[in-house]
Amino acid sequence: MTSHRGRARRLGDDINTDYIIASTRKKETLDEKILKQYLLEAVDPGFAASVRAGDVLVAGANFGCGSAMEVAATVVLAAGIQIVLAKSFARSFYRNAINNGLLPIECDTSDILEGDTISVESDTSGTTVVDERTGRRELRPPLGGIAGEILAAGGLVPYLKRERRFVSTT
Amino acid sequence: MTASTPTQTISEKILSAKSGRTARAGDVVVCDVDLVLGTDASAPMAIGYFERMGGTRVHDASRVVFALDHYSPPSSAATKGFHDQVRAFAEKQGVRVYEIGEGISHQIAVERGLAHPGMLIVGADSHTVTCGAVNAFATGVGSSDLAAAMLTGQLWFRAPQTIRVALVGSRAAGVAAKDVALAMVSLLGSGGAEYHALEFTGPSVQDFSLDDRLVLSNLAVEAGAKAAVWEADAVLETHLARFADRGDAVSADQGALYVRDVVLDLSPLVPTVALPHLPENVVPISRAPETPIHMVFLGTCTGGRVADYHEALAVLERGGGKLAKGVHLVVTPASSEVERELAADGTLVKLARMGATITMPGCGACCGTSGVVPSDGMNVISTANRNFKARMGNATASIYLASPAACAAAALTGRLTDPRLFA
Ligand code: SF4
Repeated sequence: MTSHRGRARRLGDDINTDYIIASTRKKETLDEKILKQYLLEAVDPGFAASVRAGDVLVAGANFGCGSAMEVAATVVLAAGIQIVLAKSFARSFYRNAINNGLLPIECDTSDILEGDTISVESDTSGTTVVDERTGRRELRPPLGGIAGEILAAGGLVPYLKRERRFVSTT
Repeated sequence: MTASTPTQTISEKILSAKSGRTARAGDVVVCDVDLVLGTDASAPMAIGYFERMGGTRVHDASRVVFALDHYSPPSSAATKGFHDQVRAFAEKQGVRVYEIGEGISHQIAVERGLAHPGMLIVGADSHTVTCGAVNAFATGVGSSDLAAAMLTGQLWFRAPQTIRVALVGSRAAGVAAKDVALAMVSLLGSGGAEYHALEFTGPSVQDFSLDDRLVLSNLAVEAGAKAAVWEADAVLETHLARFADRGDAVSADQGALYVRDVVLDLSPLVPTVALPHLPENVVPISRAPETPIHMVFLGTCTGGRVADYHEALAVLERGGGKLAKGVHLVVTPASSEVERELAADGTLVKLARMGATITMPGCGACCGTSGVVPSDGMNVISTANRNFKARMGNATASIYLASPAACAAAALTGRLTDPRLFA
């Protein structure tokens, strides 16, 4: 079982990957330690500086839409954020997140406000997300199949180092 | 053929054939990938993942292609360095590199016949979906999945549910494929096709040229679609005729299960524009707010093909061929083949004489990584697919998406203009 408590950082709907990190920044370096200072700058230029390790990104629908660029996931991790909650994710971001060990959780985020304390507990029965301000609790089923295996391995690199290929789980 | 029971969609059939088992929507399958496309914007990171995965040899170099398209030409030490890294890896692995100026990855895949019916194509670029126009299952992935596909020759997929998009009615004069595509995005909404495949069908599909189909498949990802597949028909056959390898056409079964049926009636459509900062903000140009335009961009994997420039040029010529004062017209063909054709038929020289800046083929100004970057507060009208804030490299610029003809009309008047004014 793993658990996490962190501060909600509230974002809206349709946050595309160019907003998470601009293509023009990525063009100069792929080093996440540098790129993280531009995290979400198109949404809020002060955002990156205000991030604390352990913060939880909380978005609306369609998080990570647009470009499939993977730095959009790795830069979030580099900033010290390990969990993203959203009503829904764009599939390329979702895959990229899992492949790098960033936990994407699809859940109802409508009532979560900036600064709320969010606790996330995962075990074999699933993942429970609690907003400690409202007490609202949502249980999400565990991520099954290969995606679950990749996440459990810590990402696609450790998964493939171990397995050498994708192993069908069904 | 491998196990494939009746009543499957095109996507289910292709994923079944490539996984060797019957794939139904929702099933997770491991598939052999036929074509793996990397770009200068995604391959450098993929090479890093590949090495960290312990990779030494690419599983099958003949199925992997890199295109140096986003930084074409490279305008910084870093981007030049990415190119050198990609070339070195490709040379060691025997992977084909399409050089700077040769074109955008998915454009190359289609026009050079690398993509054909029945294929499973992955590209580390979200607009890889464009290749769905040739009756292939094509989808965008990130760099780590690209690395995995290079290393193992395979990738895992959840077989998507399919939304069937029926094209009915006929387009009025002056209504471009781009207008149809924007109508589709606005109908489905930004995330409306998330995790889903689209399958185009209906009595009017035959009225869509291959280029038109590329535009619809391309924009499908703006609605979140995982793939956007067209049926194989006479239009596709004409395109494939010049290639040796024409693949195996895949059609949906009678009775295949669709999660949703969407009817896109072409008859009422008019020239449209997507207002900043989402592609779904579509309005008829005639009802758009009065908007001055400072830069016009004709290019990208949506609107940078030969027919697009012909349409734009026709409007420009009918309107007298003089750009409005202060308008910067930028032309970036999607590939060297497009450029060659436009040079041969005189289009490029005519555009240049009107004052257009003509740049090397590739992505150009589309995502601010090469070519002309708009200045502060500029309004840009573009044939591209995304109008996100800062997309072209300046967060204070506003991007309007429209057809080549509408972009040309704006170049003449210096404001958003219904292209039918120059019909
Ligand atoms: S032209 Fe634009 S949308 Fe197309 S691949 Fe290049 S950057 Fe992406």
